[in-house]
Amino acid sequence: MSDFTSDAWGLYVALLTLISIAACAVLLFVLGRMRVKKPAPGQGIETTGHVWDGDLAEYNNPLPRWWMWLFYATIVFALVYLALYPGLGKLPGAFGWTSSGAYASEVHDFDAKIQPLYAKYLAMDPTAVAADPEARAMGERLFLNYCSQCHGSDAGGSKGFPNLRDGDWLYGGEPQMIKTSISGGRNGIMPPFGAALSGENVRDLVQYVRSLSGLPSDNLRAQLGKPLFSQNCAACHGPDGKGNQQIGAPNLTDRIWLYGSTEAAITETISKGRGDASGVTRMPAHKDLLDDGKIQMLTAYVWGLSNVR
Amino acid sequence: MNAPVILEDRETRPTAVISAAARARRVIPIQPTSEEVALYEIRKTIHPRAVHGWFAGWRWTLVFLTQAVFYGVPWLTWNGRQAVLFDLGARKFYLFGGVFWPQDVIYLSVLLIISALSLFLFTAIAGRLWCGYACPQTVYTEIFMWIERKIEGDRLARVRLDAAPLTLDKFVIKALKHTAWFAVALWTGYTFVGYFTPIRDLGVAAITWQLGPWELFWILFYGIATYGNAGWLREQVCKYMCPYARFQSVMFDKDTLVITYDRARGEPRGGRSKAVDPRAQGLGDCVDCNICVQVCPTGIDIRKGLQYECIGCAACIDGCDQVMDKMGYPKGLIRYTTENALAQGLTPRAMWKRVFRLRTLLYGAGLMVITGVAAASLAMRNPLKVDIIRDRGALARETIPGQIENVYRLQVMNTEERARSYTISAAGLPGLALVGVEQPIELKAESTKLFALRLQAQLEPPGGAAPAAGPHKIELTVQAVDDDKVVRHEQSTFIIPR
Repeated sequence: MSDFTSDAWGLYVALLTLISIAACAVLLFVLGRMRVKKPAPGQGIETTGHVWDGDLAEYNNPLPRWWMWLFYATIVFALVYLALYPGLGKLPGAFGWTSSGAYASEVHDFDAKIQPLYAKYLAMDPTAVAADPEARAMGERLFLNYCSQCHGSDAGGSKGFPNLRDGDWLYGGEPQMIKTSISGGRNGIMPPFGAALSGENVRDLVQYVRSLSGLPSDNLRAQLGKPLFSQNCAACHGPDGKGNQQIGAPNLTDRIWLYGSTEAAITETISKGRGDASGVTRMPAHKDLLDDGKIQMLTAYVWGLSNVR
Repeated sequence: MNAPVILEDRETRPTAVISAAARARRVIPIQPTSEEVALYEIRKTIHPRAVHGWFAGWRWTLVFLTQAVFYGVPWLTWNGRQAVLFDLGARKFYLFGGVFWPQDVIYLSVLLIISALSLFLFTAIAGRLWCGYACPQTVYTEIFMWIERKIEGDRLARVRLDAAPLTLDKFVIKALKHTAWFAVALWTGYTFVGYFTPIRDLGVAAITWQLGPWELFWILFYGIATYGNAGWLREQVCKYMCPYARFQSVMFDKDTLVITYDRARGEPRGGRSKAVDPRAQGLGDCVDCNICVQVCPTGIDIRKGLQYECIGCAACIDGCDQVMDKMGYPKGLIRYTTENALAQGLTPRAMWKRVFRLRTLLYGAGLMVITGVAAASLAMRNPLKVDIIRDRGALARETIPGQIENVYRLQVMNTEERARSYTISAAGLPGLALVGVEQPIELKAESTKLFALRLQAQLEPPGGAAPAAGPHKIELTVQAVDDDKVVRHEQSTFIIPR
């Protein structure tokens, strides 16, 4: 009732409702005792006196009496309904029904219905769950609902959103790590080096980074970039560029590129950084959105994408 | 042969036995008297008299026909399942060889349009044909009245029984009638539910008291509604509740055949001996026997002209024709005729020719066109349904340098009652490859399946021009392995990023 600024509104609504019902009852009672003239043969037919479109009149023929009892029945129904359900101002009604309560109870009923199914899989190891075709199907449906918006319907990811089926992991591919990623979220940040490094330095670095995974590169620039890498990048990506799963620093020696492998893309990554502290591009935490059962199913499904087949 | 006609019904005013001479002297003063009635009137039970004849025969034919279909169809089987079953839970309607999915709801709309146009056509030709012969309210009332007549007797016996004080005999007769009514009503409810849940299983569940709550509810609801409408409410449904009864008048015109009392021929009405010439007595052909009023299921007097209560059942025509026969007068004092035919004195031939007028021809043409189109569309219905949705979150991705991948969700629906294999192919860009799905795909009978589909294009295809950046129209084809005709082509776009 937050829409109403004063409690008096509740009283006003209740009074208005009750007066309307009483007025209906009085009207019915009076009309029920009223007599109308039935036209004798040869006489004109009595009308209500209402005329539409110039010549459309309304006959004043009696209704069947059971019809009147139906009207009374609606009044009784209204009173019983108002006593049981909220309707009279702020009166909650004998059943104490609320729309949010009805929603909660429906959710509760549904959860109770599917709980045994999740309980069965929660007791299993995620790797065992991943081998179960029924669980895979459930996991796929959950994935399409909760994950596919970013990672794609086929879990293949896209620019900035990791591919989950290639066996390469930013934070580790063990079921436990996947579960942590899903429930706690991840926020990998590559700081921008555009201010710290000159344009020439960045160009050298780009060639060195490309050479790490065997992409075509300028050998001379790559040689120049190597010491720059040790100074600026090795802290996170490791001296050999193999990355660090503790902090989600990608392995730069494989041919998997989260933000693209072209010179332009790598240049942008180095000078402007990736991800941001505001968390716009981070993987959100799901522990408040999904229950343990769903997270377990998703963990098994995602793990299975690159481990079962 | 000179004996006066004595009608069987003692309630009929005994004017028919008064000699013609005495009759001539009688003067019935007509004084307008106005009667006061309550605004809500208590219904007076109508006890229609049994009637036989051409139109009653037609009504009974339609009663048998419609009820044979209604009660019989759920028991038919087709390929090991119920032939006609509306499986609401599974959202599938089975109609003999066809399975209708929610996607086929257009056929339901078409069916409703066909029904509406038929209603317009029949009503324009001969008024409330539907009401008088085929409407369930009429049909069940006819069945219930037949039971009533078998147990309580015809009109007069029923009037007497109702007026009599409650005795054991009366109680037994009434109880018998209501039991019989209720049995028919329950069977009707059971049959109705049998269209939505397999009727044989429903029978087993009913016998073993294992009906589901909704099954039980609908059997009782439909049963009690039948019992109430056909046993108790009867003509009140048509008078007070039915919307069609009210809007049908807009489909009438002056060439619509309606049940009409031929006032010019019948008036002045009056009783007379069969022997006398009515013209010499200054009388019309109406002997004022009131049979037309007694047989009327809505309790009106057709001689007052067309009234909204008239459901067009033609019972008064049958009743009057019999009397005319007995009197030796030509039939048709009450008959199907048109306003124009009466006013212009058309011959029956000229009147019937006017059945073919612009209004009916248009209704008929519309009906034929939409029925033809619906039948053709049904015959060519594609049992395969395909929907393709591009992934919205990711427009495109580069898998290995120079290779662009787009992701789609492909929903394939096999609406047939047999398993099928399909191949999927994509075209629209040179070297467009389809990965991520094992071909051919297998779908069980009446199932849908979702595939995460990946299409790959080369930025620099060998021996081809490089595709421009931006969206490209592509076409996906899903083709049944064993039937060339079962195929769907769906359009989508493939995006090459800048």
